[in-house]
Amino acid sequence: MKTENQKAWFFVLPVLALVAFNALIPMMTVVNYSVQETFGNNQFFWEGLTWFEQILRSERFHAALGRQFLFTFLILIIEVPLGVAIALSMPRSGPWVSVCLVLMALPMLIPWNVVGAMWNIFALPDIGLLGYFLNHTLGIDYDMTQNPFAAWVTIITMDVWHWTSLVVLLAYAGLVSIPDAYYQAAKIDGASNWSVFRYIQLPKMKNVLTIAILLRFMDSFNIYTEPFVLTGGGPGNSTTLLSIDLVKIALGQFDLGPAAAMSLIYFAITLLVSWLFYTLMTKDDLN
Amino acid sequence: MQKRSLVPIIYIIFLMLPIYWLVAMSFKTTNEILAGFSLFPQTFTLDAYRTIFTDPTWYWGYINSIIYVSLNTVISVSVALPAAYAFSRYRFLGDKQLFFWLLTNRMAPAAVFALPFFQLYSAVGIFDTHLAVALAHCLFNIPLAVWILEGFMGGVPKELDETAYVDGYSFPRFFMTIFIPTIKAGVGVAAFFCFMFSWVELLLAKTLTAVEAKPIAATMTKTASSAGYELGLLAAAGTLTIIPGAIVIYFVRNYIAKGFAMGRV
Repeated sequence: MKTENQKAWFFVLPVLALVAFNALIPMMTVVNYSVQETFGNNQFFWEGLTWFEQILRSERFHAALGRQFLFTFLILIIEVPLGVAIALSMPRSGPWVSVCLVLMALPMLIPWNVVGAMWNIFALPDIGLLGYFLNHTLGIDYDMTQNPFAAWVTIITMDVWHWTSLVVLLAYAGLVSIPDAYYQAAKIDGASNWSVFRYIQLPKMKNVLTIAILLRFMDSFNIYTEPFVLTGGGPGNSTTLLSIDLVKIALGQFDLGPAAAMSLIYFAITLLVSWLFYTLMTKDDLN
Repeated sequence: MQKRSLVPIIYIIFLMLPIYWLVAMSFKTTNEILAGFSLFPQTFTLDAYRTIFTDPTWYWGYINSIIYVSLNTVISVSVALPAAYAFSRYRFLGDKQLFFWLLTNRMAPAAVFALPFFQLYSAVGIFDTHLAVALAHCLFNIPLAVWILEGFMGGVPKELDETAYVDGYSFPRFFMTIFIPTIKAGVGVAAFFCFMFSWVELLLAKTLTAVEAKPIAATMTKTASSAGYELGLLAAAGTLTIIPGAIVIYFVRNYIAKGFAMGRV
């Protein structure tokens, strides 16, 4: 029912200009670096696809990529079901709804470096609330600067703390849009709680959950500041996710060529996975 | 019912614990923090807050952040409105591809762009201005704003547009006086998300500024490394960064739930 109108391009033009300025020019700079070698002094030499080959074969890249997928996978399988469960158990109306929503949205509005710093002081073994509780009250040996497992538990918990509310907000918005009549009909049919969830609530939440999963995938795959401030990628390299590794190569070692090639491979992977998600989750709508 | 309401309560307590710890720490003296564990501040002090409110390098950080975040929100929402309208009402050459391309910009890791952004904005000559950060944040905020607004506009029946034209409204007058007020919940939600993602982003904001437009988050990182880790001061600065966000959520609290329900659902 949309009308064909090529003049609509004029409406899109300002967006196109601003985003292209920010996206295409830096992207071309990255492409430019990725095929050249520099020894400083702004002298560049053509390198072809050497950097791409080097990155794709490098053990270090494979390890960082593996950690990145593990991280994103873990936070998705925790945050999505947890967010849906919390949204389901929230009151549908009344004065408590606003209070819940405001308190739940709070972590998302804290600058990312503050989130990292906050969890850092929260987890310090002797003076942080979490670290002290685990070490001295429960007697668990917990120190994220020494133990890779503890570091992983901390960054996962931090991300769950930070972003589960996004899933809650979106799922909740889907739930409140379901008319009461649906529930009444389900009651008359004697539907169990599970079938109400499976056949009424879940389909109604599908669109918002698509947005939630896509946003969580993209943002967790690109995560940099929070784990960097929290663990600095350590102990060793155990929590060095892709972005952290990339910044280490680009700004730490100033290897612009390999860093640029890695950026492009990184971006391509994000793009591919997002596209797969997007097509899989919207394919029913297209038919 | 009683048991069910326990879930949100436990979740909220979990969310509040690290925030409580940050706030509690901001009222402690550095000696107390380093001396050992204490659940409540023993010697309650406002010294950290006093430092922040009297030292221009500190409080200007907040002002800078608020300036570029507001600027970004205004730019993103105002250019996204007509674009979202075009996507929701018309078919045009390359519309689907363009929409997906816009979304892909949310997928580019900021770490990838930090250095090229620095070079680009230096070349254009607006390095270290609020505008530079506001424009750079458009990269991920405009696509999001278009996406959210398009959802809301899709929920508005086309008859509204047609009736207005029959009544003799010109397009700009229809858009400003009828259409935008109809989707004001959507504008609220889009503005909220733009504010949020611009406020919390640090990597680009830090890369694109030096002195004049330095964001609060950068002031904090510098303090953490140079002044020998003054935890109390850092905690106080962190606590203050939570406040603008809390105010913004308070204002849009009713739009968020209802707003999304009207939109893409």
